[in-house]
Amino acid sequence: MAKSVKCCLCDQPATVHLTQIINNKMLKVDLCEACASEKGLIGAQVPPGFSFEEVLKNHDLHPVNATKPKVKCDECGLDFSDLQTNGRLGCEHCFTVFKQPLAGMIQDMHFGQKHVGKVPEQSLASLNSRMKLLQLQAALSEAIETEAYEDAAKYRDQINHCKALVETESIS
Amino acid sequence: MRLIDRIIQNERTELLNTTRATSAVVLSSRIRLARNLADSVFPARANKSQRCAIVAKCGTAIESLKGIKNPVLLAIDELNDRDRQVLRERHLISKELCEEPEGAAVVMDQRQGCSVMINEEDHLRIQFLKSGFNLKALWKKVDAFDSQLEQSLNFAFSPEYGYLTACPTNLGTGLRASVMMHLPGLVLSGHMERVVRAVNHLGITVRGLFGEGSEASGHVFQISNQQTLGESEATIIERLAQVLKTVIDQEINARFCQLEQKSIQILDQIGRSYGLLQNAYHISSDEAMNRLSFLRLAVDFNMLPDKCRVLIDRLFIACQPAHIQAAAAAQLDADMRDCKRAEIIREELKQLPKLDMNFTAN
Repeated sequence: MAKSVKCCLCDQPATVHLTQIINNKMLKVDLCEACASEKGLIGAQVPPGFSFEEVLKNHDLHPVNATKPKVKCDECGLDFSDLQTNGRLGCEHCFTVFKQPLAGMIQDMHFGQKHVGKVPEQSLASLNSRMKLLQLQAALSEAIETEAYEDAAKYRDQINHCKALVETESIS
Repeated sequence: MRLIDRIIQNERTELLNTTRATSAVVLSSRIRLARNLADSVFPARANKSQRCAIVAKCGTAIESLKGIKNPVLLAIDELNDRDRQVLRERHLISKELCEEPEGAAVVMDQRQGCSVMINEEDHLRIQFLKSGFNLKALWKKVDAFDSQLEQSLNFAFSPEYGYLTACPTNLGTGLRASVMMHLPGLVLSGHMERVVRAVNHLGITVRGLFGEGSEASGHVFQISNQQTLGESEATIIERLAQVLKTVIDQEINARFCQLEQKSIQILDQIGRSYGLLQNAYHISSDEAMNRLSFLRLAVDFNMLPDKCRVLIDRLFIACQPAHIQAAAAAQLDADMRDCKRAEIIREELKQLPKLDMNFTAN
């Protein structure tokens, strides 16, 4: 379950989440519906040429510095601040490592949050092992974060086993 | 002769297609797919040797495909600035690809209807281009090409996010469909801004001739889908096509209104453009684009024969700065470019028939 975010003007739960990338910097503001409509950010009257920067300036809103987890992708070395500055992932493993912040970004960007459409044949074949691998990688990240190193070692062994499985599947 | 010169001098290309008439509003359609290889870091975080390995692996896979005729692979760092610019002006490569030239490449076919950028923001950017309004047929070709490529390359894919891309804006299908539109009616009637806002609400982006941040010179706009996750390829294309059909109707409507309400001003602009382009000795790229735009409008109003449209579309590209340099085979400063540009236009438009003012607009 995602944690409920509070409005940055009052303490109501925020339901309006605005994200805009300005000069390669991701700015985020969370508001409750009442505050958002008061600032003219929702409803029929979204101003033409709507500029997020202006809104922030004019309304004394400060972009929330989302809690900066000290996570780093061990495959490509990307850390959270890289992701924040560039808005780019470094490798496929990043999608597991930065799952949480990514979910928020994706929600604002796209019509849906789950892929609908073409699936490569090879993925269809090896989907099961791959799914398992992704889950294990997520579990490993969490274990490291909570400093559960015994669990982490266990997951690492399972990942190695699973990787070998995926490889043999994609060869056959 | 260098390989790149053969590509530049090839007149029978998809974009400069001189044989088939293009439509009144849509110049060309494009579809691109973003793909990354599994188990390899994305280009921006890869070192030189990793990048080169990707070029070698992908280059070989692409060149052996049936979907691409007489493929040519060009290493970006082996091209000079002018040649890179020419490829950009033809929409075959992007600005991003030129910014990190080391270990970056492009594979294209002779007709330049298909180009694959290697190590742009993603490992692969597969692009198919066709003159006219043709998204559905184009998707079939891209889809087949991608499926063939998938036989030899293993793409990064997750069941949740679809094809994994460096930028989250491309996740899911990794598909961007875009159409180049000539919209003088909407610009002159002052309705363009309203249209841009309306389509933005539908998740559709409007940009200038050369993509992000570029000016809409010659009243030419690039209109594309913004979202890639949560809808299938067919749905994305269908939705974009529906919106574009509305834009086409609005544009035609605006042209008629302008012709009815401001007929003197419109006829004056067309007449001036006709005379100016045939007689100028010094013309900037911006002025040339805007004048050519009025000439294209004249074709659409039946003041000039249909076959002139392809000639004008070709000049839209041939008037760009790097194309002028390539045509002169010399390094020209801005002033000399303006002279050379005027010379090329005068030469090309020498055979232009007289404007038929007893036109019946269609």
